[in-house]
This record gives sequence, C-alpha cells and structure tokens, in this order.
Amino acid sequence: MSTTSVEIGLERETPAGLETEEMTLNMGPQHPSTHGVLRFVVKADGEIMRRAIPDIGYLHRSIEKISEKVGYHGFMPYTDRVDYVSAMQCNQGWAMACEALAEIEVPRRGEYCRVIACEFGRIASHLISVGATGMDIGAFTPFTHALREREKINDILEELCGARLTFNYMRIGGCAWDIPPGFIRRATAFLDKFEPLIDEYNELISFNKIYTERMGNVAPVSPEMAIAYNLVGPNLRGSGVKYDVRTDEPYSVYPEFDFEVPIGEGKMGALGDCWDRYMVRMDEMKESCKILRQALGGLPEGPVVAKVGRTFKPPAGEAYVRVEGSRGDMGWFVVSDGTAFPVRTHIRTGSYSAMAIVEELSQGLMIADLIAVIASLDIVAPEVDR
Amino acid sequence: MDAAEIHRRLREKLGNSALPEMTESEWATTEVLPAAVAEASRYLKEDPELAFDCLSNLSAVDRKSDDRIDVYYHLYSYGHRHKLTLKASCPRLDPVLPTVSTIWPIGDWLEREAFDLMGVNFVGHRDLRRLLMPEDWVGHPLRKDFVEPEEYHGISTRRESLLKL
Repeated sequence: MSTTSVEIGLERETPAGLETEEMTLNMGPQHPSTHGVLRFVVKADGEIMRRAIPDIGYLHRSIEKISEKVGYHGFMPYTDRVDYVSAMQCNQGWAMACEALAEIEVPRRGEYCRVIACEFGRIASHLISVGATGMDIGAFTPFTHALREREKINDILEELCGARLTFNYMRIGGCAWDIPPGFIRRATAFLDKFEPLIDEYNELISFNKIYTERMGNVAPVSPEMAIAYNLVGPNLRGSGVKYDVRTDEPYSVYPEFDFEVPIGEGKMGALGDCWDRYMVRMDEMKESCKILRQALGGLPEGPVVAKVGRTFKPPAGEAYVRVEGSRGDMGWFVVSDGTAFPVRTHIRTGSYSAMAIVEELSQGLMIADLIAVIASLDIVAPEVDR
Repeated sequence: MDAAEIHRRLREKLGNSALPEMTESEWATTEVLPAAVAEASRYLKEDPELAFDCLSNLSAVDRKSDDRIDVYYHLYSYGHRHKLTLKASCPRLDPVLPTVSTIWPIGDWLEREAFDLMGVNFVGHRDLRRLLMPEDWVGHPLRKDFVEPEEYHGISTRRESLLKL
C-alpha cells in the first residue's frame, strides 16, 4: 500500500495552498559566483526564497584602523585594496579627502591625468562586471571577450603607473607620474578599437533572448527604495534616478567634459530590474570613452603634482568627500587633529549599500535569481568589508 | 536651501536640543543633543522643504582626549540637492543614541558597524549585532584604547619576525 505524503503528515493543506517546511541553506563563503568571499544564509520554501541574509566580514582587513597608524601619505597604497577591481577611484577619493582637509589645489594637468586614469579604470571594472554577470547566469563566452579588452586596459594603466591592479598612482596634490611618451596615441588607438566592440557585446549578450528573459523583471528596485537604502552609482541610475556625482556634485575637471548620464528605463520589464542595472554599465562604458577622448585631446601643459611636504599635517577638522567610483558614489570621511596621523577614516562604499539591500530584495525570489541579483548589483566583497 | 537656514529651522523645531553653533563647510555641521537625534532626523526627512531622503554616511569618531564619542550623520537630499552633517556627542563610557534605522533603512547596517567597531549603542535598533568582526570578538577595535589580543582561538597574532611564520 502506498503512503502519500499527505497521509504521513509532510504536507498540510492550508487555505493559501500547500505549505511546506522552511529550509535554511548556506551559500558561500567560497561559492564560485559570489564575487569574492561573501556568505548568504538563505531561508527558502522550496525554490522560493523567504529571504537571503547576507553575512559579511570575511574580507575585513581593518583598512580604516591601518590609516590611523600609517599616516596620510602612507595610506595611499592601502586604498588600492579597498576596491581592487577599480583602484584608481579609491586613490582619488583618499587624495581628495586629504586635499579638502589641507586646502590643496591640484594642477590642471594632474586633474586630467586623474580623469584619464579613473575612466580607464571604470571601463575595466564595468567590463569585469558585465562579463561576470553573463558568466554567473550561464553565458561563458562574453566573459572571455570582456577580459580580453580589460587586459589591454591593464597594459595602458601599467604604462601609466607600473602596476596592473593595485596602482598606487595618485598622490596628495596630484599624480605620481606624468603620462609617458606615445601614451596618447596608444590610448586613442585602443578607444578606436574598443568603441565598436561595445555594440558587438550588446549583440552577443545584452539583447539575447535567453539573457533578457533571465535578467528582465527580476528584483526591480523602485527609485524610492534605492534612495532609502542609499544605493549609488549604476545601481541607483538603473532605478531611473538620474544622478551622477561627476555631473551633479562636480569635482576635479569633470564639468569641462561633455557626456551623458545613462539611466534605466525598464525596457525589458520593470524599471530598476537586473537588466536595467546591467545595461547602465554597458552605456556608461561608451560615455567613459567620450570623456577619455576629450581628456586625451585637451591635455594641458604643466606639472602633475602640487608641492606637498613629506610630512603632511593637515589642520584639525573633518572632511567628507564623495567620488563617483565604478560602483558609485564613494564617501571618504577623514578626521584630523593636526598631527601626521588621521584620527579616523571612514570609507562608505557602493557595494556596502548594495549588499545591505539584498535581504529585502531577495524576498520571494527564486534561489537561482539570487546569483543574478548579486551580479547585477556588482558587489565586490573587499569593498563591503574594507 | 543653504545650511544656515536649515540650521535655523532645526533650532526652531527642536529648541535648545539643537546647539547654536554651526561649522560652515561643504557639509556644514550642526550638533544636536544625543536624545534628540531621532526627532531631528525625522523632522529633516519628513519636512517637504528639507526632505533629506538619503543617509549618505554614518561615522563614529573616538575623541579620547575629550572623553567622548562623536557620531556624524551625513545627510543628502536628492530632491533639493542640499546636504548637512548632523553631529551628536555622547560620553565615552556609555555611548547611547536613539536609532535612525527606522527612518533610513541603510541606517540598519551603518549602526551595526558603528556598534561593532566603536561600541555605540543604538536604542530601538531591531538587531544590533556585530557586522564585520566575528561574533565572539571582545572589545571594539576602532576605540583608541583597544588593545590587540595576543591570540584568537589559539592563533597567535604576534610574530617574532615578519619572515617567520
């Protein structure tokens, strides 16, 4: 005689339908598609998540505490490790915070070099992001194409500062080195080759039917929710909020360049879904190319770094500056007491708020969609933990 | 709206709970008494002319020489594009502040981080646990008087030489 599950009491009929037991799953910390060492505790009912609780701290390297020990100049290489996928903007955030404390003006050529370095960094970071998003949901080829181009950007940045990942390029008051001879020609040649490739990527994956079905309508974030959770950068713009620190709170020489701020429009379903966030990055790479062409074409003459003493003692006070990193608005808060060591440094990063929203965003999603959500939010674990 | 006007309105609303001084800078700082943080935050967020809809950052700073802990709330309004730093000082021995996580959801994690690293207690927080450090960690590492432990679960934190394991 066969026994049905109803008879042995495994399933109970309720007015709402079948109710099953809640299951607790562990995802991470070493999961191939969690972009670093992340861990989620997933409460699931079958394939549907009740919620995914992020557990962070696996990559906490106490970078903020280190800043209190090594001083202002000495902290620059550590900022590379805050977000090692796009270290240039972290360099700039720290440099700008120190410059705000001591009221140092960066020479114009230095600012241009910073913009060139940061925009190349942004393209490299977005390439990783869009490539990895494809790979996470099962499309392997675009990742190899994206990394191929990223290698070339690494070559260009290596010419600029000698490093391929952790650049340590900027200094308080400017940049460490001027651009090498022939750099403008080689960088422009790269852009000429790279720009048409963005359309090729779009053909290859962005508008691919399988891809849009998988990314569209998944985990939409409303503009209000995005602001309440302090989502920043491409994630915020994916929700349709036209806000970019480079244009809305201009810093450096960004006001001199002409570029658009792409936003999500809900083309593949709901506004602010995974596809919108993904597509904003695709469009942003084109805008970065535009900025780069203008910066490379209009490079002014002069020094790249202002005169800053070896012992850097900014006057007592606080400074909070924001830069548009690849993962959005990074906040750098520095407190000085007039000595050569900061009293406190706090780095509020884009991935941090993206990670904080996952618990609410994951409610009612399929388990497999959690991967798409993490990928589309472009979470980089070291940036969350610092 | 400029920072001086925001400060004036905050004083009008809170009375003496908002301190008269204000530091002028890009993110002008205005200080309120610790007990008034939640009321001030709610007012700053809900008043349609102020509408600070975004808590950009929350940082706790250990001012050991003055025996206090300062907490800075960096507020931003996407609608009006104005900014403000709200500051609250609490005693170092027992830093207690009302939570703002019910006003700005991101405050949930930022407060957990400040609790974890600096030991500030946020009253009314739904789940004030450590965020970055291990659950069984003792002490708050960003405090100026924090002493690094000799070992953690039998793993030594000291090395005779950097070249030796």
